[in-house]
Amino acid sequence: MDLATLTLDELQKGFRAKAFTPVDVLRTLELRIESTEPSVHAFLTRDFQEALKAAEHADVSLPLGGLPIGIKDAINVKGHPCTSASRILEGYLAPYDATVIARLKTAGAIPFGRLNMDEFAMGSSTENSSAHITTNPWDSSRIPGGSSGGSAAAVTSLELPAALGSDTGGSIRQPASLCGCVGLKPSYGRVSRYGLIAFASSLDQIGPLARSTRDCAMILNAIAGRDPMDSTSLDLPEEDFTARLDQDLKGVRLGIPKEYFVEGINPAVRATVESAIKKCSDAGAELVEISLPHTEYAVSVYYIIATAEASANLARFDGVRYGKRAENPKDLMDLYLRSREEGFGSEVKRRIILGTYVLSSGYHDAYYLRAQKVRTLIRRDFEAAFEKVDAIVCPTSPEVAFPIGERANDPLKMYLADIYTIAANLAGICGISVPCGLAEDRGAKLPVGLQFLAKSLDEAKLLGIANAYESVSGWKDIVSPI
Amino acid sequence: MSSHDINVRHVARLARLALTEDEIKTFEGQLGRVLEHIDLLKKLDVTDVEPTAHTHPVYNVTREDVPGPSLPRETVLANAPRTANNLIIVPKVVE
Repeated sequence: MDLATLTLDELQKGFRAKAFTPVDVLRTLELRIESTEPSVHAFLTRDFQEALKAAEHADVSLPLGGLPIGIKDAINVKGHPCTSASRILEGYLAPYDATVIARLKTAGAIPFGRLNMDEFAMGSSTENSSAHITTNPWDSSRIPGGSSGGSAAAVTSLELPAALGSDTGGSIRQPASLCGCVGLKPSYGRVSRYGLIAFASSLDQIGPLARSTRDCAMILNAIAGRDPMDSTSLDLPEEDFTARLDQDLKGVRLGIPKEYFVEGINPAVRATVESAIKKCSDAGAELVEISLPHTEYAVSVYYIIATAEASANLARFDGVRYGKRAENPKDLMDLYLRSREEGFGSEVKRRIILGTYVLSSGYHDAYYLRAQKVRTLIRRDFEAAFEKVDAIVCPTSPEVAFPIGERANDPLKMYLADIYTIAANLAGICGISVPCGLAEDRGAKLPVGLQFLAKSLDEAKLLGIANAYESVSGWKDIVSPI
Repeated sequence: MSSHDINVRHVARLARLALTEDEIKTFEGQLGRVLEHIDLLKKLDVTDVEPTAHTHPVYNVTREDVPGPSLPRETVLANAPRTANNLIIVPKVVE
């Protein structure tokens, strides 16, 4: 038995049956990482000795006892680098644990390694990392998706059983889809954002990537809940997100948005998703055509709101209190201008400019305020849809992983590919991407994700539906080529 | 100047971000196309629609005002680019 192939749930059963120990697992993973990293490049840094020490003292009776979980580089882990894959945070050491990290540790998990991402989570390919490019475990000439591309690549190349990512417009679900793992974006307010380097504060949410829906539920159990350090985290009764994983699809009403199956979707992706939806109906789900009439506006609304919030959030990187400072500034203004010029990469600069523009005097009402109003209309579309259905089913991404460099000079095209994921962030609802098959693109066979969306705070139901689909998907018989 | 022309030089100054001439030119083209796309929103009638700032509006969230431990000064200052005497050094601001 190769320990690297096991899910969190399987590892936990093995620990408790004393079949193997957390130390055995870490040693296996380290060997695996050494053999796959030269092609995958999912990690920015990792500290094996520290993790090993934690594994030696692990209490496997805890909910996540002894289980290693990779961490996206946007989330603070005390004493470790935390750069959001940006030059501007080179040398920065996290002075505290993010709330999700503190909670993982309390649950007995071992946070391990810093996983690559698009700089400040801005991107859909991980090509915007200032450090290096991460490759897709299915085809090393292609991108792993993004922004949590390192997390998805590490999980699917069997370097780690699970990882945390963050999702502002699809940054967990899209790389999960493109690499072939499960990725959950919880509802806004479900998980504390304290200690997550902010991109767009009204959209950001931390969530798990793993090789099964059950594993995502186990991690959500550990990280969810009100946190006094994040005033937007919601005070809700405690819930066991694994409670509904034994349900099947009989009588489950699944909505298919008619606006999602029109132009722009890769025909091979469409065929794979349609056959997955047919499996849901064969398993007893009732398919209902629904309408989300404001779909075509979602990308525009998103790129106004996300960049506006980002331009404000990234104002803190000014070369004064932490991070990179330009050499020999002639005055304070020069220090700001050059520290930011030298510290930020192209995509981040582009979005700061757009965000500053849409908030600037004379343009605020035309862009930002109007976008917030259309956001209300998008939210209402989903509220109306969830009156009729238990969940929405659709593609996660209109395409499979594309070759590295193919989109580099066409930001608009890159933005438009976020069409199926961003609405969930705008509406604050929860969503999950589950692998549903392979589609061929220019001779390569690449994973496709099926996305389920459920209403806000309906994670238990969402996970139940996703898990029921997972059990009939046939994905377990597909072996990753790496 | 079409409605999608964006004065990147001016906006960059507002954002306290120096850009090269090449970047200014590239961004003007790329962001012009993005703004052209965003114009879609003008088709919609949003009269009487309330703006959404947060999907779960929670108001006036406060916590007990209880003193607790803060981060140690040396930990915080360790991340600062220049320090002296437990202070962060910046260029002279007031002449």
